[in-house]
Amino acid sequence: MREILNRLTSAGGRLRSAVERDESDGKQVATDGGTAVKEGRQETLRNRLPVQWELIESSPFWLPPLFLAGLFVYGAIFWNFIISLTDWGGLGDADYSQLDFSMYTRMAGDPTFWQATQNTLVLLVVFTLFCLAMGLLIAILIDQKIRFENTFRTIYLLPMSLSFVVTATLWAWMYNASNGVLNNFLRVLNLEGLIITLLKPAAVQATTIQWLSWSTTALGAVIFALLWQFSGYAMVVFLAGLRAIPDEHYEAARVDGASTVRMYMRVIIPQLRAPAVSASVVLMVFALKAFDFIFALRGDQPGANIDILATMMYREAFTGGNEWAYGSAIAIVLFVLALLVIAPYLYSEYQRGEL
Amino acid sequence: MSTQDASPLDSIGEYLSSRVALYAVLLFGVVFYLVPVEAAVMTMFKTDAFVNTQPYLPPAPSQFSLDSTMTAIDTIAPGIWNSILMAVPATVLSALFGSLAAYGLTTIDWRGQVGVVVLIIAGIFIPYQAVLVPISTFWYQIVPDFAEFFVGPVLSGWEYPVGNGGLQLAQLTITHVAYGIPICTLLFRGYYQAISDEMIEAARLDGASAFSIYKNIIFPLSYPMFAVTLIYQFTQVYNDLLFALVLLNDPNTQVATQRLVRLTGGVQQDFTLTMAGAIVAAFPTLIVYIFFGDQFAKGVAS
Repeated sequence: MREILNRLTSAGGRLRSAVERDESDGKQVATDGGTAVKEGRQETLRNRLPVQWELIESSPFWLPPLFLAGLFVYGAIFWNFIISLTDWGGLGDADYSQLDFSMYTRMAGDPTFWQATQNTLVLLVVFTLFCLAMGLLIAILIDQKIRFENTFRTIYLLPMSLSFVVTATLWAWMYNASNGVLNNFLRVLNLEGLIITLLKPAAVQATTIQWLSWSTTALGAVIFALLWQFSGYAMVVFLAGLRAIPDEHYEAARVDGASTVRMYMRVIIPQLRAPAVSASVVLMVFALKAFDFIFALRGDQPGANIDILATMMYREAFTGGNEWAYGSAIAIVLFVLALLVIAPYLYSEYQRGEL
Repeated sequence: MSTQDASPLDSIGEYLSSRVALYAVLLFGVVFYLVPVEAAVMTMFKTDAFVNTQPYLPPAPSQFSLDSTMTAIDTIAPGIWNSILMAVPATVLSALFGSLAAYGLTTIDWRGQVGVVVLIIAGIFIPYQAVLVPISTFWYQIVPDFAEFFVGPVLSGWEYPVGNGGLQLAQLTITHVAYGIPICTLLFRGYYQAISDEMIEAARLDGASAFSIYKNIIFPLSYPMFAVTLIYQFTQVYNDLLFALVLLNDPNTQVATQRLVRLTGGVQQDFTLTMAGAIVAAFPTLIVYIFFGDQFAKGVAS
């Protein structure tokens, strides 16, 4: 065994040195003969190798991580898809002999699923847009050569270091109906009654604002708390983008007599497309993963107001009735949604040569 | 100058008022981002009877109490220990794997490597729900069956300790390593793309092997990136709830986030206790954030 390995490595070494010698030959040829000769020689020698040597040489570094991550990502998703075609209830072994799409037809007829999908999409779009806008605004303000910039930045980014669970616990206290921070504050300002008349759903009797259980406010309250947690992230990304814009662009706009607002709208913001795209992809991924947040906020109860696909999947598969196959089918829908978000991004990154 | 006709004093006044407005908005931001944390800290030091009196004001001396804080520490602290026990090896291993993969996929050039990069990087964006059922089946059925089949005959009478909490923690660690590899690879790849090739080329011409180049050149150069990756990845793994919910069912090995959810999930909401629990559970990541805030920001931005 060892002998074979030794022979292989020495053969590899010889191949390598052959390539190197050839490359240095190529360079010499290039100096007196032009580039065409050099490239031509390299190509022919490379083509003679059955596999690129560099691939073999680098594989010990990337193959184990690829195997581990690939097994857990692609293997697991493929298996998840197969499970979604069974009718596995979680107990015993799955029966793979009869595969059909019955879980998907069941899903199509399930109003809870459509409500959860709608909530997921609203969360995805509204949260991402608001978060981008807020992050951009703060980034521009912080970019005005202010004092204590580090302190402001640190405070704005702080919620990002907290877990979804901690954020949910804090905001459960903010939104608590009877004595929570927000209602207490509104009561001091005498605004509670006004908000109740404006936002209370028709059928509800209430003397306090129940942010998390009213159909009119629940999803908005969730989005607002997530804005608190992640707008700092958008700010950091935009700030890096703003710092990358050369000073001359600001100077030029100033010399042309543009007002500050016009300068940002016409000259600066259009240049922030790349950070906006990368930030929104990450924010959408956070929104799709907001399971921890809603689970901690509300426990495991089904509540259509803030049920998203992630919480519905967990309930069906792990707590509701051990509906593993049904949960897996919902998970596949969630995965396809994520794919719709990231595939164009990865493709454009690839096109730009960023990957 | 376009503002020549206005007196200099006017423009100074304009400048000052705009600066004042700017700082006012920035300070409003400070209030917005700090109020939930502040309200939690104020509440955790109050006695239950005084929760109702303006939650954002500090407790009067007569209302001050450490009871909830002590209870929260007793409840959450074992979970914090489990979290750290799990998150530290998971963080170090995924960073190491990420660095190795990024080295193999960036510094050594070969055709088609972008395909492998995309395969790994795409893992960042997987919603964990899409792998939850297979992962739990894998750890609860496949691995024990496998172990029984291969190890069982050798150690007859020895049972694979599925119920053992420590083993569950190890399984959770491996799961986090696997799902941490994609983001770590991306972070290190961006960093390695910026390293100049000349030093590596020189070492290669001297006959250094790929591994010795990694060990002697790339690894020492990556210390700053390791700092960024370790901080970012530690907060991610420490903060996770979903995998822990699915993979840990032994009460002794529950992690901090799980214990906090259990604390908040009760029927009767005890806000002094839950706020104390939230602050205690957030303590390790807050410490990391306070000491390495700038690196954290760098990790987040990249």
